[in-house]
Amino acid sequence: MADSVTGATSQHGEDLKDPGRRDFIHIAAAAAAVGGVGAIAWPFIDQMNPSADTLALSSIEYDVSKVPLGQEVTLLWRKQPLFVRHRTPAEIAAAVKDDSADMKDPQRDEDRVKAGKSEWLVVVGVCTHLGCTPAFGGGPYGGYLCHCHGSIYDTSGRIRGGPAPKNLAVPDYAFLSATKIKVG
Amino acid sequence: MSGPSTYEPTSAFERWLDKRLPIIRFSADLLDFPTPKNLNYWWTFGGILAFCLVTQIVTGIILAMHYDPSGAGAFLSVEHIMRDVNHGWLIRYIHANGASMFFIAVYIHMFRGIYYGSFKAPREVLWLIGAAIYLVMMATAFMGYVLPWGQMSFWGAKVITNLFSAIPIIGPSITSWLWGGFAVDSPTLNRFFSLHYLLPFVIAGLVALHIWALHVPGNSNPVGVNVRGKSDTVPFHPYYTVKDGFAISVFLIMFAIFVFYMPEALGHTDNAIEANPIVTPPHIVPEWYFLPYYAILRAVPDKLMGVGAMGGAILCIFILPWLDTSKVRSMRYRPQAKIYFFFFVLACIILGFCGAHEVDDKVVAGLSGFTLLDANINSYTWVSRIFGLYYFVYFLIITPMLGLRETPLPVPESISSPVLSHPAAAPAGAAAAPEKKG
Repeated sequence: MADSVTGATSQHGEDLKDPGRRDFIHIAAAAAAVGGVGAIAWPFIDQMNPSADTLALSSIEYDVSKVPLGQEVTLLWRKQPLFVRHRTPAEIAAAVKDDSADMKDPQRDEDRVKAGKSEWLVVVGVCTHLGCTPAFGGGPYGGYLCHCHGSIYDTSGRIRGGPAPKNLAVPDYAFLSATKIKVG
Repeated sequence: MSGPSTYEPTSAFERWLDKRLPIIRFSADLLDFPTPKNLNYWWTFGGILAFCLVTQIVTGIILAMHYDPSGAGAFLSVEHIMRDVNHGWLIRYIHANGASMFFIAVYIHMFRGIYYGSFKAPREVLWLIGAAIYLVMMATAFMGYVLPWGQMSFWGAKVITNLFSAIPIIGPSITSWLWGGFAVDSPTLNRFFSLHYLLPFVIAGLVALHIWALHVPGNSNPVGVNVRGKSDTVPFHPYYTVKDGFAISVFLIMFAIFVFYMPEALGHTDNAIEANPIVTPPHIVPEWYFLPYYAILRAVPDKLMGVGAMGGAILCIFILPWLDTSKVRSMRYRPQAKIYFFFFVLACIILGFCGAHEVDDKVVAGLSGFTLLDANINSYTWVSRIFGLYYFVYFLIITPMLGLRETPLPVPESISSPVLSHPAAAPAGAAAAPEKKG
């Protein structure tokens, strides 16, 4: 460049002859800046997502035969409460009876339990409103009641009243044997 | 800065420095800043707030020297500060109660701005920066409250971060990103500590902008008319340094009463129990300064709408300069606006009470009431709805409509005239041109 420039007017003239050369440098520099910022931004954002060791601790096993009829245990799964409830026939019947009732998040009871294992209700004990832990045995449906903001769940953990939008989440789980479940 | 600089370098060194870095000139002009001579004590809260910010930063940096921001160590390290660190109890109580003092002062400062129309042209940007400071203050206070890692810290963090899960589709990804896990846990605590340390300095930067934006048009004043000249102002120092200093001293008496005689009065006993992810405390409440918004959140039966209403309540503050149609700044001359304003203050306080109670609690004990739609008419749900509605009606309907419909009282011609025309002053001053509608 420099040796071709002999004076101010010459440089000016060169611009007029081929304005695309300067534009190219401007556009290339801007594109490199935008692309570079974009590429480096992602690692800085993604570092806040769950880390590898957090993700590695994501499944647990539990022997459900330890839960007597009509009771439940609260396990800690992914740092959240997980309810494993041994439902009574009356609770199951109440849940099945309401399968076609008017609900915010309609779901049949049989879709929330494993086939042939309807006495075992396994749900994440996190209210779908703002994350409190509901307690069993409150509310008009005999299921769960979240006392933070008054969300009411039935004996299948389905949302029946209050501000929560969704049913209590059923995690991915499977029966490894007749009584042993693996969650996550 | 308004007006030419009056600083005269006196020594050879000052003249030398003034040509290179005019920092003495800058400070001298700040102190000499012409300030309306009629500012009352409601105007001292700006200085009180600056004092609060410095107090929080100084005590906070000290606490960080002794605090351990890990899920396993946080709660114990706070106990360590309280029991073992020399004067740790004092510094922590100053910091914890200092947050409440900061909010008391900021709410008075904001209500003063609304009452005296301090947000009106040409001070809209000043108001916007102030609203932004308030927003960052709320984020800072929220994250700070999580750090002791007690039950209320933990569950408060869970409920508030879950607000983001109301956002359709991307909500769950956002919450998991905020948490750094599947729930609020040690990674969440770590990043909150990092941000809680950062944000006060962001506030300090915003405060610098706030003061800059203040110094362009100058202070508003209780009469609400523009400064006409030198006769309407006094230099900031010594007049307002002394007045603000006196107000800070009185404010410190109240601050000290809390720190020394009732340090836990504004806290919650559940926070003396270490965070436990599987046991929700029977009654989760945020700190008092968030209660009105919490009441609005709970008043709405739908999750997304509830979060929207809470965000909208804060947004109203930001857009206030464009909602108010009245040309008269001070409500001293707006008798109707005054009534609506005091009712608005009352509504905020009542919403605070509602936020502190459980939704189904009876307002009048022993009165059974009846169910209207989804909640008992005698429950805090309905009280929150009524006063929450007034909150929005005040900003979105009353404020724009009233400016167009009311007939304000005559506004004085100048800052001095109400004093000179006061019956106590013998010759009655010239009656001001009545400010007509709009």
